[in-house]
Amino acid sequence: MNQAATLPQSIPPGYLASSQGKGGLASWLFTTDHKRIGLLYLACILTLFAVGVCLGLIMRLKLITPGNQLLTPQTYNAVFTLHGVIMIFMVVIPSIPATFGNFLLPLHLGAQDVSFPRLNLFSWWLYLIGSLVAVLSIFTGSGAPDTGWTFYVPFSERTTTNVSVAVLAVFILGFSSILTGLNFVTTIHQMRARGMTWRRLSLFVWSLYATAWVQVLATPVLGITVLLVFAERVLNLGLFDPTRGGDPLLYQHLFWIYSHPAVYIMILPAMGVVSDIIPVFARKRIFGYKMIAFSSLTIAFVGSLVWAHHMFTSGISDFAVLLFSFLTFIVAVPSAIKVFNWLSTLYKGSISLEPPLLYTLGFIWMFSVGGLTGLIQGAAGPDIHVHDTYFIVGHFHYVIFGGTGLGMFAALHYWFPKMFGRMYDRRRARTAFWIILAGMNLLYFPMFVLGMEGMPRRYYDYLPEFATGQFISTVGSWVLAAGLGLMFWNLYAGLRRGAPAGPNPWGAATLEWTLSSPPPHENFEHEPRVDHGPYDFAREASHE
Amino acid sequence: MSETHKDYAGAKLGMWLFLFTEITLFGGLFLLYSVYLHRYQPAFHQAAATLDTFLGGANTVILITSSLCMALAISALQRGQQARCKLMLILTVLMGLGFLVNKGFEWSAKFDHGIYPGSEHLRGLPQGQDTFYSLYFTMTGLHGIHVLIGVVLLSVVLLLVARQRVRQDDFIILENSGLYWHLVDLVWIYLFPLFYLIT
Ligand SMILES: [Cu+2]
Repeated sequence: MNQAATLPQSIPPGYLASSQGKGGLASWLFTTDHKRIGLLYLACILTLFAVGVCLGLIMRLKLITPGNQLLTPQTYNAVFTLHGVIMIFMVVIPSIPATFGNFLLPLHLGAQDVSFPRLNLFSWWLYLIGSLVAVLSIFTGSGAPDTGWTFYVPFSERTTTNVSVAVLAVFILGFSSILTGLNFVTTIHQMRARGMTWRRLSLFVWSLYATAWVQVLATPVLGITVLLVFAERVLNLGLFDPTRGGDPLLYQHLFWIYSHPAVYIMILPAMGVVSDIIPVFARKRIFGYKMIAFSSLTIAFVGSLVWAHHMFTSGISDFAVLLFSFLTFIVAVPSAIKVFNWLSTLYKGSISLEPPLLYTLGFIWMFSVGGLTGLIQGAAGPDIHVHDTYFIVGHFHYVIFGGTGLGMFAALHYWFPKMFGRMYDRRRARTAFWIILAGMNLLYFPMFVLGMEGMPRRYYDYLPEFATGQFISTVGSWVLAAGLGLMFWNLYAGLRRGAPAGPNPWGAATLEWTLSSPPPHENFEHEPRVDHGPYDFAREASHE
Repeated sequence: MSETHKDYAGAKLGMWLFLFTEITLFGGLFLLYSVYLHRYQPAFHQAAATLDTFLGGANTVILITSSLCMALAISALQRGQQARCKLMLILTVLMGLGFLVNKGFEWSAKFDHGIYPGSEHLRGLPQGQDTFYSLYFTMTGLHGIHVLIGVVLLSVVLLLVARQRVRQDDFIILENSGLYWHLVDLVWIYLFPLFYLIT
């Protein structure tokens, strides 16, 4: 352990301590301090993440051998639905923006708080209520939802399971996401400190900005879509019911008009984290600042024009298939621009392989594999072969768990000392990283092969020829779980007994590092005057 | 956090963003409407003929007038005429309620004829008419909920004006509520021709 474990008195109380005689649980649950709200989100998200991981482990355990009877078919359907709904709507979508975005956005801008602090608290409450309603849908009515997280009609209208309550939960969660996005866009426009020009914004803020626009503009479409599913079930509308002249394809359009942009809500903030971490540990200015910032906006824009690539086998016209396939290839360009700029930043840098950079490199690897396999599905021809197979499951988990997940862990390791004022054990963090990376690849890579060989997703059972891949995948899930356990235990130990980290342990140049760790309640004593960019390390060093 | 600084431009920006979200919310429904109209044109025209254009037209006039009153309420407060502002707000709220009452008559007349979502009567109609009525109930229903929210919102603002919490030098809440009310009006201005006038 760390030798300095006996120095807690050297850590300033900061925002974690009670202020002005107000303490206790209420000072957290009704706080308008963006830093505390960020931590509230973090606690909820990590809890739900643990639930989602357990559901995934159960699913993998059931699939370990063909003919396995660990779960009944109905339970199995419920488990993969809940795994998807929890992970997508309650963990990944709010993950980085709601936790680190909330915590850091005002700090990166040199502001006291977000534009609408009370609205921010309201968003969190909506998130909490939405999550509770989702949990309610599992235990009430006639069984947990079994539709998959996509709630495709007509099945979602006919199933007797508790879909109505689940879609209501998604609606509430969507509302929470919209309000966070609205708050962030306004904050970035209005709350920048003197001298914080648009070109001096950190790339993390740029990515939050692009994300926030997608949240504001796309999420309402999800809102109306799930409301319609609710109305179809409860009020018997028949808008998507083919027997009454409705068209189920329109549901898919509406759903993906939101849900494709939603994957950019998930990945863009992680890209921002990565863009902020790499220059710090390469001791170099970011390469291609403008292109990275611009590509975030491009992704947000083009990303909203590609939704029908989820529907190549649904029976849309050939012209639509070709058009959406083409646009999908276009949207890969800005992502690639980012990857090349990150690599160029690392090139000839003075690299120190601290845990945040390690998780970041893991992100780049996983995201690249995930992104390239995405193109295979974006191409109209091969997609027919791999559509709705394990290939898409592998692709999605490479991008979202390998990308956003590792990005989130990188952020955790990077900003942990700022949030809590203490440092975790860095060696153990590295060990955990390698176990996680090995586990992820062991878990998800066989899925590409299985998918190519024709194993459909969401099936309860499989033919003997898929047994090897399924077995390796399940073993990978155990390795991954062990790595996650080690990582979180290490962070927890750091939280309790870690050595004081000091204000700027990584020698970074963004504004949050000029504050004590953890930062005080009101952030900056005086509004800072910004006279340098976010990656101006030479300048920062000469100040000290 | 002690000094509460009011960011007028920020509050306006936030409100406009919220209005965007409302537009995309209704946008999903307008998308469905346009596809189904394209597919079932004759059925839509026939079904639209059964709607009461007089009631719909009256409601349109009511909402547009209420928007005028809303604008007058804002300009009254900007000039410091608190009493006039309150009067105009009361008129706006009353007209919002009038709209809802009208809507209630209209819907209950439809229900009496056996026209409600999922009814036997609707299922017996030629294909497309069922879809028309489903859209009609969904879109005017969602709009009605927005009118109701607007009425409640404006009543609260009325109270705030009366208590001097919203006043000549701090009227952003009134102005933002006005923006919301105009949006509700605007959505109706699209709904009216799409459902009543396409016969
Ligand atoms: Cu997509």
